[in-house]
Amino acid sequence: MKDIDKFKQKLSRIRKSKAEESNRPCIIVSSGTCGEARGSKEVFLALKNVIKKYKLGKKVDIRLTGCHGFCQVEPIIIIHPENIFYQSVQPEDAEEIISETIINKNIIDHLLFKDPNNGKKIKLEKDIPFYKKQNKLLLKNNASIDPFKIEDYIGIGGYSAILKVLSKMKPEKVIDTIKESGIRGRGGAGFPTGIKWSIAGKTEGKKKYIVCNADEGDPGAYMDRSILEGNPHSVLEGMMIGANAIGAREGFIYIRYEYPLAVTTIDAAIKQAKKYRLLGKNILGTGFDFDIKIVRGAGAFVCGEETALMASIEGKKGEPRQRPPFPAERGIWNKPTNINNVETWANVPLIINNGAKWYSKIGTKGSKGTKIFSLVGKINNTGLVEVPMGISLKEMIYDIGGGIPENKNFKAIQTGGPSGGCIPKELLDLPIDYDELASVGSIMGSGGMVVMDEDTCMVDVAKYFLSFLEEESCGKCLTCREGIERMLEIVERITEKEGKKEDIETLKELGEVVKDASMCQLGQTAPNPVLSTLKYFENEYLAHIREKKCPAKVCRALISFKILKDVCNGCGACRIACPEKAISGEKKKLHSIDRKKCIKCGICFETCKFDAIDKRAGSD
Amino acid sequence: MINLRIDGLDVQAEDGWTILETCQFYGIDIPTLCYDHGLSPYGACRLCLVEIGEGKNAKLVSSCTYPALEGLKVKSHSNRIIKARKIVIELMIARCPNSKTLQDLASKYNVQKIRFKIKHEDCLLCGLCVRMCKEQMMSGAIDFIGRGKDRRITTAFDEKSDLCRTCGGCMYICPICELRCQGPDPPGAVCGSCLEMSPTCLDFSSEAQCFMVESGCGTCVRNPIKKNVNEMEE
Ligand SMILES: Cc1cc2nc3c(=O)[nH]c(=O)nc-3n(C[C@H](O)[C@H](O)[C@H](O)COP(=O)(O)O)c2cc1C
Ligand code: FES
Repeated sequence: MKDIDKFKQKLSRIRKSKAEESNRPCIIVSSGTCGEARGSKEVFLALKNVIKKYKLGKKVDIRLTGCHGFCQVEPIIIIHPENIFYQSVQPEDAEEIISETIINKNIIDHLLFKDPNNGKKIKLEKDIPFYKKQNKLLLKNNASIDPFKIEDYIGIGGYSAILKVLSKMKPEKVIDTIKESGIRGRGGAGFPTGIKWSIAGKTEGKKKYIVCNADEGDPGAYMDRSILEGNPHSVLEGMMIGANAIGAREGFIYIRYEYPLAVTTIDAAIKQAKKYRLLGKNILGTGFDFDIKIVRGAGAFVCGEETALMASIEGKKGEPRQRPPFPAERGIWNKPTNINNVETWANVPLIINNGAKWYSKIGTKGSKGTKIFSLVGKINNTGLVEVPMGISLKEMIYDIGGGIPENKNFKAIQTGGPSGGCIPKELLDLPIDYDELASVGSIMGSGGMVVMDEDTCMVDVAKYFLSFLEEESCGKCLTCREGIERMLEIVERITEKEGKKEDIETLKELGEVVKDASMCQLGQTAPNPVLSTLKYFENEYLAHIREKKCPAKVCRALISFKILKDVCNGCGACRIACPEKAISGEKKKLHSIDRKKCIKCGICFETCKFDAIDKRAGSD
Repeated sequence: MINLRIDGLDVQAEDGWTILETCQFYGIDIPTLCYDHGLSPYGACRLCLVEIGEGKNAKLVSSCTYPALEGLKVKSHSNRIIKARKIVIELMIARCPNSKTLQDLASKYNVQKIRFKIKHEDCLLCGLCVRMCKEQMMSGAIDFIGRGKDRRITTAFDEKSDLCRTCGGCMYICPICELRCQGPDPPGAVCGSCLEMSPTCLDFSSEAQCFMVESGCGTCVRNPIKKNVNEMEE
């Protein structure tokens, strides 16, 4: 019998035994980096102890898995087969969970999720509004898999795509399938993956490389981490399929230094795959050799850019270089190289298993499939969200995100990471799609979404992203390095009451040139935060510059505090709290703030229990 | 041989040439700063920008690093390029106001005002010295460290390097070392005094040879922009 047929049998054996197991109740503890930070490991251990205590070891399974997305209410546990959803679980709850829910089949009310909008308690995972509009093609598997067990991945159908490819698909057919599926790279630029593969496949060369880009440097983005931590084998399988299609024998996973857990899961996954002869020489007797190495990046944002990443793998300084030549022609050590993002790779097995037609039905005309976003900021439900392309920003914010906390007004949503743009309220019906986002001056990027409410100052937002980029530009291109620094200089001046009439024009002119003249996409997108806020919120800039007012009351130099005559009862709390001793007044009499001493730290405002301190836009 | 079009002119480049090399071969003036004939191109100063492609896909690239490709359409002096170049020069002078090379560039490209705070740095980070040291002097005593605004050039561990033979190659090639003439202007101002004195293109070709006289390339002091090149091609 051929090796590959033996392997097929082995897979079906594993699947059968897994199917039997799945009838038993199972407690799933979500424990990505996010869950771990909130104590999911302790919950897991406590549950294990209680299971031991009740001697349920043979009847109840317990599984530690990757992140399920709803990071805000971690530690989450889900109880199979009913899929009961418990949130914010503490180790003390373990006893009750086992004795009540597992043994007596009762629901524990205080662990259920409460819908913040109507106060209703929700029992099942699928009824939680956060999950309702999602289409979790990738993330759903995180709940079904212990990332350290290859058998779990095989149990849900894993490694059948590579089997299909090795037994009956020619490389050209695989590339055509990826092309027809319409998938575009999830790393930011949205380049069609099939076209990329076909260029790399056509380039002559004995030695070729493929790379998985897991540098994920955008602040606040962690979808790649959740895939690597929750389902590492899907990435490996994707890479195997890619390597086979373009003719590469070596692969690298370039993973950022700050992701120790992801490194552990992926390292374990590689070892297991080797044991199963899915990596190494002459894989499953088909003559296909392929091996994967892990490279740990040093945590520079710019090293995520593909040419910088390749330089970093070669052991050089991580600096982007001119393309062409593109990596597909001349990549690592001048050999043809194909780079894709983690999420792109994880989609590949799905496409091969279900076909290009199935995949291309999901999404919009120009953007196919689902995309994972990290939804953060001033929004009720934060976490990772996987939605079909084409869903509107409104649905994202109000249906999935559950709206803005404290009934505040929505102001803008920032998409695409540090070099994305801010999209205002008027454009909320915009479908999420590479081209639509680009048409309003933002980008899809790697999928960061920061929601901002009425208390956010847009000039301050531009300042924040510019200062991130100022540090993270590699500094090679003059326009990027000096340009960002000068834009920041001007924006800082505006927030410090020193804004000049001509600043807006200068910012626009400089921003356009930085965009135009820089070499890599870091510089080419760096002005987006400034240009998009200028485009949609120019009035706010004008208020800062002309009226010397910060309408959102954020910029310290442009606000003032005043004690309200009729409200202050002279309790003196603010006087004691003020670090600058700027507040004076007799007990039980009206207090007042000395403008000259006041540094506008806002401590008095926070301290006053009677709302007697008024925060005002404008510095007079 | 590679066939491409520069400023509406059909030209041929040798295999491996960059756009800049092609332009230089045909006598098309493109300003450079971080480029040197004897060193590998680096693409840091962004002065040598040209526009490639057409319509919506047109973009600016640094000609010193971009290869001459078959069928490429290149413009060497469009309005878009000139606007970008002026800002590039403005950013350079705001960083290193006392360099003669930069002041000369400013007067050549008619940059008359610096809108940013003057920094008085003595290094522009063009990397010529780094490449000189490594590629011509075979030493490699200096290199870039840091990124973003902390980027600078230094020896390993900021100590006197054993590799350094004090050959002075770095100083020889530095475009910033030579100070500008000290006129009556306050430090940091664009001196602009050479503006009327050195007509631009005439450094390279006489007026009769300049095929852009009619349209105006935007740099010539005698013939300020009348039409831009974009319109001319149509
Ligand atoms: C400054 C910068 C940072 C980037 N960071 C990442 C990153 O962290 N992860 C990633 O996958 N791609 C990143 N990219 C995009 C990569 O250059 C490249 O386009 C991508 O890895 C290609 O994969 P894809 O086709 O699957 O999207 C970055 C690009 C730039 C310009
Ligand atoms: S000369 Fe080309 S970028 Fe400096």
